[in-house]
Amino acid sequence: MLAVDNLTVAYGESEVIHNLSFEVKPNEIVAIMGRNGMGKTTLMKSLMGIVPTREGHVQVGEASIDGMESYQRVSNGLAYVPQGRMIFPSMTVKENIETGLTSTGDKTVPGDIYELFPVLLEMKDRRGGNLSGGQQQQLAIARALATKPKVLLLDEPTEGIQPSIIKEMARTLCRIRDEKGLSIVVSEQVLSFALDMADRVLVIEKGSFVHESPREGIDEKKVAGFLSV
Amino acid sequence: MIGDYTIGEFTSILAMQGFAGLILFSVFVLMALGLAIIFGQMGVINMAHGEFMILGAYVTYFCSQFFSAYLPGLFSIYFFIAMALAFCASFGLGILVEWGMIRFLYKRPLDTLLATWGLSLILQQFYRSVFGAREVGVTLPEWMLGAVNLTDIIEIPINGLFVMGLTIIITVAVYLIMFRSGWGKQVRAVMQNRVMAGAVGINTKMVDRITFGLGCGIAGIAGSAFTMIGSTGPTAGQLYIVDTFLVVVFGGAASLLGTIASAFTISQAQSTMEFFMSGSMAKVLTLLTVVGILMLRPQGLFTLNIRR
Repeated sequence: MLAVDNLTVAYGESEVIHNLSFEVKPNEIVAIMGRNGMGKTTLMKSLMGIVPTREGHVQVGEASIDGMESYQRVSNGLAYVPQGRMIFPSMTVKENIETGLTSTGDKTVPGDIYELFPVLLEMKDRRGGNLSGGQQQQLAIARALATKPKVLLLDEPTEGIQPSIIKEMARTLCRIRDEKGLSIVVSEQVLSFALDMADRVLVIEKGSFVHESPREGIDEKKVAGFLSV
Repeated sequence: MIGDYTIGEFTSILAMQGFAGLILFSVFVLMALGLAIIFGQMGVINMAHGEFMILGAYVTYFCSQFFSAYLPGLFSIYFFIAMALAFCASFGLGILVEWGMIRFLYKRPLDTLLATWGLSLILQQFYRSVFGAREVGVTLPEWMLGAVNLTDIIEIPINGLFVMGLTIIITVAVYLIMFRSGWGKQVRAVMQNRVMAGAVGINTKMVDRITFGLGCGIAGIAGSAFTMIGSTGPTAGQLYIVDTFLVVVFGGAASLLGTIASAFTISQAQSTMEFFMSGSMAKVLTLLTVVGILMLRPQGLFTLNIRR
């Protein structure tokens, strides 16, 4: 569903991502693990077209999205939940979700989004900026789902969220995958969260993958070793 | 008795000056709406906004000339056509300027100040070369002339009422576009977080271009209204740009209501005081008050209470 081939990303002279290649199959959840500063966010941003790509190719389904603007990538089936959630603070919850409808041309929010996140229906007229962190995270995911994506990218969704909600989020993401049949790429530092949901774990270090393992039979100690500071 | 006036005369003066202030208010609001949209969304400080207004004024002038020469039968309604054309002309020029200049400067907000200032000089010289340096005034159709006599002393000019009605309609229209339409949602999303707006599927470059055009187009309509209270010349727009910025900053850049409230306060204060003292003293007092209030409330009159 998502195919990344030889991706290289650099800020000016300093190369951050070196010839990364990976594939995500339909209905698969892939966790990209790594410590701070290893290139997780940069990878996500370059996939979304926020940071320019130096070399390499990215395909979503059959379509190549090389050199496209963010909004064109969205209409090709990528959706993005950024680190820090980045909801639109002075717009209402409903309006926030509706911004995701731009690329699909729909007029109303599909009901199944509120089914996944009933709390958002309750709060639909509140301003996004006044929600709690966990609620904002749900809102950011709902907004991304409104674009009817094929591939959902989540950048550190557990950051700043209390542990009980992290458990629930893993369940919700699995449910989204099962109901909507999309692929999910999630970058993470929290191993337990990744093991709760991911089918496959990739470990990134200094812009390259150093370890790959399916969830079954994963060597938890080894992965934890990569993550410890 | 107040000064040399009786109480009756004094209230009449206040009422009439207040009304003159309302026309000034209308022009301020129309100018400031465009400026607030452009400044609020893109952080672009458009120093050439006054010249976009004057473009609208010139279009109105040429419309009035054209209709009186070729279509005298339709002269009574020419003003509506002129307004539409003024909007289109300024909108078109706005789109062109965004495409040719502004879009390269989004990452350098201070440079937009210089660049648009340069643009304003270029436009002024362009008007001077093409339309001539002499100031021109429009001929108003018959039904807009004259005044309504409320009492023996209080007279209210009809064209003033017309401009105010127009301002209300445009303000409501802008409100509906910004807060009730799908397109307005896109504009607000881009305003709050440009990168993220792109990542939820909004074509931010297109939104920028049309928003800039829209802001300029509203300035064009302001120019149409302006022809009724002042004469149109190449540099007439410059006189208004400072006041308009004052209105935008005083009101709080992100708030439509704030813009309206501050335009009202400033224009009324200005107009009422002008009657009792010289124009420059009135300006000094207004500025001092605004500076004083801004020192206490740097974010402007109206702000949204949300977590950032």
